[in-house]
Amino acid sequence: MDLGVWAQVGSYLPVLLQGLLVNVELLLGLLALGFAIGVVAALLEVYAPRPLGFLASAYTWFFRGVPEIVLLFLFYFGLPQIGLRLSAFLAAVLALGFRSSAYQAQIFRGALLSIPTGQMMAARALGLSRLGAIRHIVLPQALRLSLAGWSNEFSSVLKDTTLAWGIGVVEVMRQATYIRARNFTLTLPIYLTVAFLFLVLTYAGNFAIGMAEKRLRIPGLEGRG
Amino acid sequence: MALLRVEDLHKRYGHEEVLKGVSLTLAAGETKVVIGPSGTGKSTLLRCINRLTEPDRGRVWLGDLEVTARRADLNKIRAQIGFVFQDFNLFTHLTALDNVRLGLLKVRGMGRREATERAMAELERVGLKAKASAYPAQLSGGQQQRVSIARALAMDPKLMLFDEPTSALDPELIGEVLAVMIQLAKEGMTMIVVTHEMGFARSVADEIVFMEGGVIVEQGPPEVLFRSPKVPRTGEFLRKISELYGEAG
Repeated sequence: MDLGVWAQVGSYLPVLLQGLLVNVELLLGLLALGFAIGVVAALLEVYAPRPLGFLASAYTWFFRGVPEIVLLFLFYFGLPQIGLRLSAFLAAVLALGFRSSAYQAQIFRGALLSIPTGQMMAARALGLSRLGAIRHIVLPQALRLSLAGWSNEFSSVLKDTTLAWGIGVVEVMRQATYIRARNFTLTLPIYLTVAFLFLVLTYAGNFAIGMAEKRLRIPGLEGRG
Repeated sequence: MALLRVEDLHKRYGHEEVLKGVSLTLAAGETKVVIGPSGTGKSTLLRCINRLTEPDRGRVWLGDLEVTARRADLNKIRAQIGFVFQDFNLFTHLTALDNVRLGLLKVRGMGRREATERAMAELERVGLKAKASAYPAQLSGGQQQRVSIARALAMDPKLMLFDEPTSALDPELIGEVLAVMIQLAKEGMTMIVVTHEMGFARSVADEIVFMEGGVIVEQGPPEVLFRSPKVPRTGEFLRKISELYGEAG
């Protein structure tokens, strides 16, 4: 491989970055969706009466047990058969977001269960309702504890966004594949570039989460979020 | 009228009956100290009074409000009963100030400025104004317990319940917490204190309640109970506990 090859890759960089931007959009969408549903599912599993808790458990069991690519195909190719036509992007956000919510629910559930019961009891003794105690006392502590596990989930779903390639979302892998189709000599360098871009993103994301963790650390408490 | 009336409380955990019919009354401004071997239902009794634990049977009145009524507004009632836990249970993610302020803001619906002023005044009362911005993990056990007392006092409780407030503390930190409680009793707070601190019991209790096996064995003013208990077992327990914990405090 001579320098000319890399110069060519360089000329394709704007296109690759355009694709990567779509991955980042997918990531933000699915993380937000996963967070919202994940918190609710975890709260239901820990605090809700049996039927609701069971429903939440069944939900996480399903989305943790089915491969991402199957979920993507179900949402994009399968749903139109019952009259639900989604754009490829939306189908990817939903499929990957639901899947992520199931994993995030596990993270939050563990954190909720690790908050000592005395915290809830003291809140109730003050006259806070159960919901108020969860909102003001238990959840803020649990979310801090969740950050370490959450950074893991972030790294994992960041990479999963490339699976949207499979249903035709024009993200970075699809862009790379278009480039490669035009110029086969670029195959190795172009995929190496994509790999490098993800390494940078993973590093930057985990760095940001690490900073957040430090900022949110409770003074005097060692080794806890 | 009595400020607190407890009638025939029963509580069972599985096969074990922890409370077997406990009754007591408390006049406004009165301090009762509950003593007895561990596992005899003292903590359960306190928790049944504000229904942190649901009693199986029996009734509780706070003034003319029935706490055990089916439709009782528990959050409203609990806001009037201060509870101090053995292991403090300060909210770990909040500063001392926010711990004391939380109930004022979220339960009493007080404005932020007013709540802050009130919370600072309570912290000052327990000698911890300078620690307002410290987190619980940055405070000693004695300081944490004083903040938790301030947290309870900020709500203007009609009644304070102390569940072994010094049992989790190093000996040299017990005094500062007892001092706050003695001051409270002097100011006329109505309180029930579960404790082994006999010095405290002697000096501030209007009545000592001796519990064992889920029932009240004997109750009366400290000088009577210490000098001439009616039940031999009471005297025996008092002698033992006084030897063990001394008269300090």
